[in-house]
This record gives sequence, structure tokens and C-alpha cells, in this order.
Amino acid sequence: MTAELVRGQNHPLTQTRLTIRISAGAPVLAGATLGDENGTVHGTGRVAHPGAPALPGVEVSRQAAAEHRLSVDLGALPEDVHRVDVFLALPTGAGAPSRFGAVAAPHTAVEGPDGTELACYTLTGLDGETAVLALELYRRQAAWKVRAVGQGYAAGLTALLAGHGLREAADLTAAVQEAAAHGPSGAVPTPPTPPSPHAAPARETSARAPQDTSATVPHDASAAAARETSASAPYDTRPPGPADAPASRTAGPTPPYAAQPPEPAPPYDARSPYDTQASGTPPRDPGARIDYTHPGRRPQGTPPPASAPADDRPAQPVAGDAAGWSMEERLYNQVWGMFEDLARTTAAYRSAVEFADARLQTELDQALADPRGRLGAAGDAAREAAHARRTQLVDQAWAVLDRDLAQLTAESEVVEPALPPAYARWDNPVWHGFRMPTEPPMALRLGDLHLPESVPLRIPMLVRLPLERGLWLDSGAAAASDGFPDSAELRHLALEAAVALAARLLAVHPAGDFAVQVIDPAGAGAAAFAPLARTGVLAAPPATGAAGVTEVLERLTRRVDLVQMAVRGGAPGSLPADVDPARQLLIVNDFPHGFDDRAVTRLRYLADEGPDVGVHLLMVADREDAAAYGPLLDPLWRSLMRLTPVSDDHFADPWVGHAWTYEPALVPAGSQIVHHVLTEVAKALTKHR
Amino acid sequence: MSVNLSKGQAISLEKKDGATLTAVRMGLGWQAAKRRGLFGSRTREIDLDASAVLFAEKQPVDVVFFRHLVSDDGSVRHTGDNLVGGVGQGGDDESILVDLQRVPVHIDQIVFTVNSFTGQTFQEVQNAFCRLVDETNGQELARYTLDGGGDYTAQIMAKVHRAGSGWTMTAIGTPANGRTFQDLMPAILPHL
Repeated sequence: MTAELVRGQNHPLTQTRLTIRISAGAPVLAGATLGDENGTVHGTGRVAHPGAPALPGVEVSRQAAAEHRLSVDLGALPEDVHRVDVFLALPTGAGAPSRFGAVAAPHTAVEGPDGTELACYTLTGLDGETAVLALELYRRQAAWKVRAVGQGYAAGLTALLAGHGLREAADLTAAVQEAAAHGPSGAVPTPPTPPSPHAAPARETSARAPQDTSATVPHDASAAAARETSASAPYDTRPPGPADAPASRTAGPTPPYAAQPPEPAPPYDARSPYDTQASGTPPRDPGARIDYTHPGRRPQGTPPPASAPADDRPAQPVAGDAAGWSMEERLYNQVWGMFEDLARTTAAYRSAVEFADARLQTELDQALADPRGRLGAAGDAAREAAHARRTQLVDQAWAVLDRDLAQLTAESEVVEPALPPAYARWDNPVWHGFRMPTEPPMALRLGDLHLPESVPLRIPMLVRLPLERGLWLDSGAAAASDGFPDSAELRHLALEAAVALAARLLAVHPAGDFAVQVIDPAGAGAAAFAPLARTGVLAAPPATGAAGVTEVLERLTRRVDLVQMAVRGGAPGSLPADVDPARQLLIVNDFPHGFDDRAVTRLRYLADEGPDVGVHLLMVADREDAAAYGPLLDPLWRSLMRLTPVSDDHFADPWVGHAWTYEPALVPAGSQIVHHVLTEVAKALTKHR
Repeated sequence: MSVNLSKGQAISLEKKDGATLTAVRMGLGWQAAKRRGLFGSRTREIDLDASAVLFAEKQPVDVVFFRHLVSDDGSVRHTGDNLVGGVGQGGDDESILVDLQRVPVHIDQIVFTVNSFTGQTFQEVQNAFCRLVDETNGQELARYTLDGGGDYTAQIMAKVHRAGSGWTMTAIGTPANGRTFQDLMPAILPHL
């Protein structure tokens, strides 16, 4: 029974002779340090690395490779060794990956002497690190355990070794890299395979092959020979990158199946390794499970690894770490969880600061009220003490807030890249691989929210679909405070935000499930609506003039009425053929231009009755323009969710009621992404019709 | 090991290995009123309510009770109002969870109270208790039994307060009268 460890988890080891297998997507160096009870390593002689591969009880490989087998004999370790830390590092040299984030997540497995896997651990979530502490074997009350550590070091192996108390860390790092670059090949402890005449030389080749791709100059004669052998192999022409080359398939003359590792492919590894080779991806050792998925982006449906609390350190955040039936729902809940946590932690901070200020005031008043202390040193001291007490409390509160913000920021960093299109910012790469969905999303990102205490941390503002209320993009001057654009610019921005929103709604619904209508009475928004009109995603060109307004409103009113009747009659599917069953978004620009009283009444009817039967309103309007109606339209404005084209703090969270600053989800300047996405939508629509 | 607290007794909320507690739960349980005769729906149900008041240097800052289930900072959570009580066999009918690590830095005391919302005095309530549980492992740290109570409708149960780097719990057990925690404020203040 293999225990799949998560970061921080430990697992008891009952056997003393162990093999630690490491598979990474690219050649890496592996080593181990032998530490005392405190983890301190006494001298470079206690580090097993490619330059000193064999120490009592530990043996590591002599060079960088994508596959390692470290032998550990816990019984043969010196008495004073209580900890064996297994580390990985990236080799230096041209062509080698510069950070762990660029290679597949390394997988480690601890095996017993008979080859049974006892525990395994995949080091996900690495990014800019070049060295990582993978596993820790430690002695606790005469029993050995293994712990999944996964602690990366951006500053590299030197920092890792220095962290173990090695003063010679820099020299040792240099020695390790040197040894790895020049080490003789063929030192990989091999699995007990019946040797085939071809396999043995081929394996030597393989040990060298990854180094060829990383453009390390071969040093000795055997390496040169190996190079010759591998000249016919496809690897020399391969660009440097993941180079996991099991021996048997490297050299030309070797029969492809000769030295297949003995362990059978795990049952869940459905793909044949030979297929993957044919399709150009690096060949896979069928026994090794290499995680090619980006640590931050997991396919839908697979449960995310539980983020078990580590012993001391806070758990590494994982995208989708929330309850839910699907990845989408989990991410939705996670985002709302982050929203609540940020609201609450900020509430704690504000409450503490408020209290500190109130206490300061009281204490200053007291100091002032005391006639002895009003003048002179005693009074000054009292005031000073009061200020110091305030500062101390505020600093404490700030430290707590800072800690929480760091955790939430780290979470945001893994969650943002994992978001599906409906939740993602427009600059998220997920839009570049955009394909029409087959299911409508459960929620939509309307923009970002943040608090003044934590400006860089943006919480996606996700609202459930179908929208329960209409939306109102406020182009009025009230939305802008000082220093913001003038009214014409605001109108333009509001239109842009509305178009981005409409494009997003179109893109995240399956083809034919969502339609957009535009009322632009004076044609003032023609330029802004061009992306929608040009790509052909609109059912009809924007309606202009009073007649156009009336026609669209009449049609939608009829639709609402018919659908309501059908629903009431218990037959929601039976609509006349000329009624579009798709959800409708009506964008109204320049309200109330072109609207007569009858049209205004119709619009209010749509705002009230529409959302339940699939007709949604998106107004781009300045409330001042409709001032002539007096208070009559106030209920309309109140019934709409107000969005602003520029940052504005008018949203309150449901828990504490902070004022959150909203920012619309705008397309980055100069980006063609909306055009690209709308073109896809139009293509799908054509097919659908 | 659970400690049966007596009035005024204080226990330090430290684990045996010296680590401080991170999360505790204040559980309140009582036995529902006996059903009466034919028209069972007219049983006079007993509704006890647990509340927690957060203090910063004797200033009430926040309160968690059945109408405000989570403190603004999220550190104290009420799991919901129970209007009738349970079987009275040790199960908690209302719980308040305190995440001690997340309690804001200026909050130094949290006082737990119990009120009889429906007005019965504790003489009429059977098998009522309040207990403090280490939420991380479900172990009961302290238990305080309410029965044998007199002619009053509320009780200030206990407080947890900062002591050094950790927290200490003190059993208070003072009777008071009131429908909700607001009525108890004057009675709480002497115990801060």
C-alpha cells in the first residue's frame, strides 16, 4: 500500500534498506545530507552528492539524470545521524532548465528492498527555485519516518546547504556542479534487470544523453564513444527540454523493449509509453509517474490534493481547495472563501486600530486632566507612553494582517491561473486557448475587488449566473472622483466595459444559448459596439432611432410574456417558432435618448420581470441624463447592480460591510483577445444555425 | 482528562506537551422540556442561548449570538440557534467555536454566557451543562454543570482570557437575569 504524501505529511518506515526513486522531467542532481538531531550537518563529509556519491548508509548518483535511485540503509548510518535530507538541484550549464517551475513536477518514491513502494510524494507548486529539499528521513525515538518536505530554494543549492549549517556551502555547491558535469557515466544504480547484450552499453549512453542536450562538453573517452552511439538516436536533434531517457530506447541498434524496467506499468497509466514517443513527447518510463500537469492548473474533475497542515508552516495553498462537485464550483467557493477571509482579517485589523486610537485618546485626555502632569516631564512621559502603547498594538495588528495577506496572496497566485474563462481576467492565458463551452458556467467575473489595506490583492468578483438583477454601467460623473477622465471619456470607458462584459457572456455560454441585442438610439456607441457587430455575434445590428427602440423592446416584452405564460402553463419548452429560446442580454446605450414614456415603461417591465425568464438588462447610462423623470426612475436604478467603468468603492461585502473598491474586468490595452474570442463565438454560432 | 470545574476555578488552556491550544469550542447542552399530554405542540419549549462577548480591556468590541453568528473578524463562530434543547445526554445543543489564533490582537477576554430566551428559570431546566472542548481533537477540557440552578434566567459561564502567550479559562458561574446578552452586560463587567 503506497502512502501518497502531501506536503508536510510524514509516514513511518519499518524497513531499513530503502531505495528512493526520483523522476523529474529533466536531468536534475540528487544528493542527501546527514544531519544530527537539530538537522545540522557537520562538515562537507556528511553530504552525499555526485562528487562523493557513497557515504556510510547512503549512495547517490554521480551525475544529473531525469531518473535517480538513491540507496539508503538506515541501519548503516552513523549513530549520530538523525536526519537524512534528500535534495534535488538543477544542473548549471547552457540548455539546462533555469528553474523548477519550467520542468515537470518531480516525483519521489520510497521503496522497500523488494521494490514495493512505501510512500510517494510529488513536488508540485515549484516555481523559480533551483534547488529543493524533497524528502526528509528522520529518527524519532528510535523509529525512522519519512516526511514530504518540498521546500524550494530560489537562491539555489548554496542556500539549501547553508540552511543545514554548512559554512562551506558555496564551495560544496561548486564541487557538486563540477562533479555532476564531469562525472563518469554509468554509475546509476540499476534496477535488477536481466542484462541484455545491447542494454548495458545503451544504458551508459542514456546517462550521457541528457547531458548532450544540455550542451555539456563530454569529458572522457567513454563519453565520446557514447556520444557516437547516440548519434543515430533522435535525441541529439531534440531541443533541450524534458529529457527523460530510459536507457533502452535511446540508442538506435537496441531493440526498443530490451531493458524495460521490471515493474509493470501502474494500471492508471493508460497511455502506452510508445505512443507518447511517437507523438513527439518525451518517452516515459512506464514505471515512473511523471506529473506533466502544471502544478497550478489541474484538469477538471480530479480532486485536488488535500492541503494537509504541515507541522509548523502554513499549508501551501492549492487551487480548488474548497468544497464542491466540480472544479468550477470548488474554485467559486474558494474565491468566495478568500473574499470572506480578506474581509474578516481586515475587520480584525481595523477593529484593533480603532481600539488603539480610542485608547490613545482616553489616555491623552487622562494625562491632560491630571493637573500635575499637564506641564513638565510627567505629562510628556504619559503622553509618550500612550503613543507607544498605540504604536505597539497597531504594529501587532499589522503583523497579523501582513501574515494573512501573504497567505491570501499566495493563494491568489495559484488560484488566478487555474480559473476557467468565465472567472478569468482578460489577460489570463486561458483565453488564448479558448474554445466554446458545452455547459453554461455557474458564475461570471464582473471585475475585481480590493481593500485599501491590501491594494495588490485582488479578489475576483464572481456573481452567480443566470444574473438575478440587471447591470448598470454608470457613465455618470458621479462615478469618477478627482483626477478621473472627463464625461466623454467616461462614457467611452463604460461602453468598453459593457462590450467586454457582453463578449464574456457570449463566450462562456454554449453556442446559441445566449444572444445579445443592442439599443443604441443615436448611434453614439457605434465604434464601441463594432467588435460585436463586425464579428457577427449579434443577431441584428444595433437598433437605432425611436422606431428601433420600440421594436426591440416590444419583441422582448412579447418574449417575456410568452415565456411566463408557458412556464405558468407547465410547458416551458413550448414556445412559438419565432421566439429565440436563448437567454437575451439587452444592452441599452444612451438611455433615455430615443425612449418615450411607453418605452420607459417597457424597459422597467423587462428589468423587473426579465431575469426570471432569461431576459437580462445591461444599461450604459448616466443617471443625470434621466433627471427629467425625477424620482420616478429611482426604483429602476436601485434594481440594477451598479458597475463603474473606473475604480469606485461602492460594493459592500455581506459579512462585515467594508467598502470594497470595484474595478471592471477590462481588456488590456492593445489586446486582440476579445476579437479572437468573438471570432470563435461567431464561428460556433454559424455552425449552430 | 476533563476537569469538573467549580465556581471561580481557572485552568490554563495548555496542552500537556506545552503547546497552546489553537481552537476551542464552548458547547452548551440541556434537556428539552417533557412533552405534555395530548397537545404536544403546546409544550413550553426551553430555548437556551449561548453567547460570547469579545472584550478589549473591558470594552465590549463584538458579540457572537444567535443573531450575529460570526464575529466580524471571523475568529468566533456560533454554529446556530437551538430552540428546544436535546436529549440531555451530553451532546452539545449549541456550540461556539473560538479560533484562538485568529482572535484579534486587542481582544483579551471572551466571556461566555447562557440565557434562557423563553424565560424559564434554570430550576426548570434539566441536565444543563456547558463544556469546553479542544476542537482539534475533540477532547473535553472542562465541564461545568448548570443544574441545581436557582431562580434566575441567565448565567455568566466562563471566560477565556490571554495569559502570557497563551490563553486561560476561568469558570465564573455567576447567576444573572436577562433575555439576551445585552441584559447581562452589567453583570459581566465585574468579572473582567
